[in-house]
Formats: sequence, C-alpha cells, structure tokens
Amino acid sequence: MCGLCGALGGEDHWTAHLSVAEQADVRRRQRAYRIGLINTVLRAPRLTLTDFQSSRYVLAGATGKRAIVDDLGGIWQQAETMTGASLDPLDPEFLDGLGT
Amino acid sequence: MTATDASLIPVNVVSGFLGAGKTSLLKRVLASEAFGESAVLINEFGDVGIDDLLLGEIAEDAVLLSSGCVCCTIRQELSEALARLLELRADGRIPCFKRVILETTGLADPGPIASTITADPMLRHHLRPGINLTVVDAIHAGDSETAYTVWADQVAAADKLIISKTDLADTDRVDTLRDRLTTINPTAEILGPDAIAQPTTALFRQGPHVARWGAAETRRWLGLRPVGTPAVRESAHPDTVSSFRLRLAGEVDWTCLGVWLSMLLNRHGQRILRVKGVLQVRGGRDPVIVHGVQHTIHPPEHVRDWPCDDDRSELVFITRGIAGDRIVASLDGFMKRVSAYPAPVISHV
Repeated sequence: MCGLCGALGGEDHWTAHLSVAEQADVRRRQRAYRIGLINTVLRAPRLTLTDFQSSRYVLAGATGKRAIVDDLGGIWQQAETMTGASLDPLDPEFLDGLGT
Repeated sequence: MTATDASLIPVNVVSGFLGAGKTSLLKRVLASEAFGESAVLINEFGDVGIDDLLLGEIAEDAVLLSSGCVCCTIRQELSEALARLLELRADGRIPCFKRVILETTGLADPGPIASTITADPMLRHHLRPGINLTVVDAIHAGDSETAYTVWADQVAAADKLIISKTDLADTDRVDTLRDRLTTINPTAEILGPDAIAQPTTALFRQGPHVARWGAAETRRWLGLRPVGTPAVRESAHPDTVSSFRLRLAGEVDWTCLGVWLSMLLNRHGQRILRVKGVLQVRGGRDPVIVHGVQHTIHPPEHVRDWPCDDDRSELVFITRGIAGDRIVASLDGFMKRVSAYPAPVISHV
C-alpha cells in the first residue's frame, strides 16, 4: 500500500495473472508494454495513459482532464466517457484508425 | 493464497429454465451421502420462496436468497450469503463443507455469479467459481429459447448440460435439442436424465479454474479436434446464439490479446456469452488457458505437460449475433496494427 495516498498496490486484472509475471522486473516490463499498446489505441481519440505507482493508471484527455482508473476494463469505460465516443474493436473504421 | 489455489472452495451453480428440473436434481443431490459436505444456497424469485418448501427437510443448512434474480438485483445479497456461510463455518456453527451448490431461479443468467465471487476482496480468498450445470427441459426447450433470451445464456454458460424429461419427448425432439445445444455450446458435456435420478459427485468435478491443468483435461474441455478437421460454420442471425472456433498459428502476444479482449468485452460483453481457449503465448513455456463468461475473465492458468509437437492456439466463442468472421477481422487487424510482434495467422474454423 502506498503510504501517501493509501492506494493498494498490485494489479488484479486477469491480464496480469500469468505466473510468468511473478518476477517484479518482468511485471514492470509487461506493464510498460501494456501501457504502450493502450496508448497506440488511444492516439486517435487523443487520450494518453500513464502509470500510477504500478498499481493504477492515469487517463488524460487533450483538454487536460484526468481520471485515475484501476484496470483495463476501467480504462475503456473512462475513455468512452471522456471522449463521448465508442471504442469498438469490431468497427472497421476504428481498426483503420489505430495508431494514426 | 491466490484465486487459482485448488484449496479454494468451489461454488457450483445449478441453473435451468423454469420447470426444467433443477429442484429435482438438488433434492437427489442432497439426499445422496456422496454430497454430504455441501452447503446449499437457493435463489428464489418472488415473495414466497417455493423451492425451499419443495426441498422439505432434506436441506437443513440451505440458505434461501429471496429478493430476486441472481443475475441482477441480489449480487450483493449473494456476496453476503456466501460470507455468512463462511463465517458460520469458521465459527463451527455449521459443519465444514467442501463445496457450495447454488440453485438459481429459472430466470437468472448464471454468468455474473462468477464475477460476484472473483470481484469480492474477501470471498475470492476463500471461494472460486466451480462447475456451471444447466438443466434443459426436453419438452419446452424450443418454446423457452424462442420466448426468453436467458435460456440460451444459461446453455452458453454451462460446463455441463443435463437434458431432463426425455421420457416425455420423442426421439426426434431430443435429437434436435441435442444438436441445438451442441451448436450453442459445443464444448459442454451433455448428460441425460440419469444424472438427475442418480447424481454422482462427478457432476461437480473438475471445475474450469483448477490451479494446474493437464493436456488431457484441456483438450477435453475445449473439444480440440485433430488439425485440419472441417468444422460447421455458424449462422449469424442478429439474435441467434451460436459458437465458432478460431485457430491461431504462431505465438500469441498475450498482452496485446488482453488489451483487445478487454475492449471487446467492454463494448460487447453482453453478446459475448462465453470465451475459452488455449494459447501458445510468446515467451511462455506452457500454453495458457483462457476462460470467460460474459464480462468476467477468470485468471488465466498454464497447462502442464502439454506435448511439444502440439503448437495449437484455439479460442472458442459463444456469441449472440456476432459472426466469427467479424471477430477474426477485428483480432487480426488489431494485432497487426498494435502489437510489437508478428501477428499469428488467425483462421475461422
């Protein structure tokens, strides 16, 4: 637990549960890679994601609006709330815009 | 202790549409000495709990959840009932039990029950989702599917399906139902009415969340067929529940797949009734099991003793109105554009 804000450490989302990630350095690298992938997805809707003490994420909009989210599921919900748009991986237009 | 610890007590779910025979099964189960170490929760829809009366004095320790469907309104009540069971057990006020059996109402979607357990910070250290058992009435299945979408949800969520009342239906009707069940949920084990008349502990054996999987259990659970076996393509009517299988050739970027799947479930979780599969993950020694029901993905687990010459990755989806080709195009396009590694070749088999 973080002594400053009381945030419980450790991510409990299912994507972070593989035993290969039990070593701290591997876990950090995987988390950094995950954040990089998500930022690729969030580039088109002009959002950015940063790590928050290796336990949560900070999602920021182009206007400076920020929100702390716990896990992947929370990121997509919050991103849709902040942009007012649907982030739908089944939408061909959304796929075409990835990374642009 | 982790959520994948095999010492966790499994919460098995008995679901089935109204009148399918859930209570008959539960009465037999509770009357059997083989199920002596079971705690029972009964979810009853309506003001008067009927099913506890039907069960009579057999289930002395049964707890009746009375305020509605498990799927929506009483998740908090389910958490509290499970916590109460654990407290009574710890205090020695009820005997130790090694499994929980939850009977849902006929109108409940069993999918969200698992998330009630895995999302609760206390429960997940004591309990794990167990087997989902769905009883299907051979007489009324067709009408129930037509009138109520939850019927297919219950079938899709099942690890095991029991067809009841086959003695009242002709052979053609039972065969048609069996085909329909296989179309919706091709990997569920289908049992006959003997499973109700003479239930054994095998009914609740080998939940999908054991700590370590072997190759044989994994193949059986996924219904893996020899490579190259032709498969029946699903129909994709907007409201039809169907299943399909994706095959991925080449190592899978687990992180990228997780990002994609979490997005898919965020947007379409209500229509992705089930996902399960085995994946050869980049950088991992053993294949990984993926298992999810609607919005809930269970913690992935490694398969032990997987043969070196079997490098298959397969994902089985059960969806409502989402065709396999759309999923293939989405996953393929996503991985090619987002992953830092070469994407596997994804085919819809």
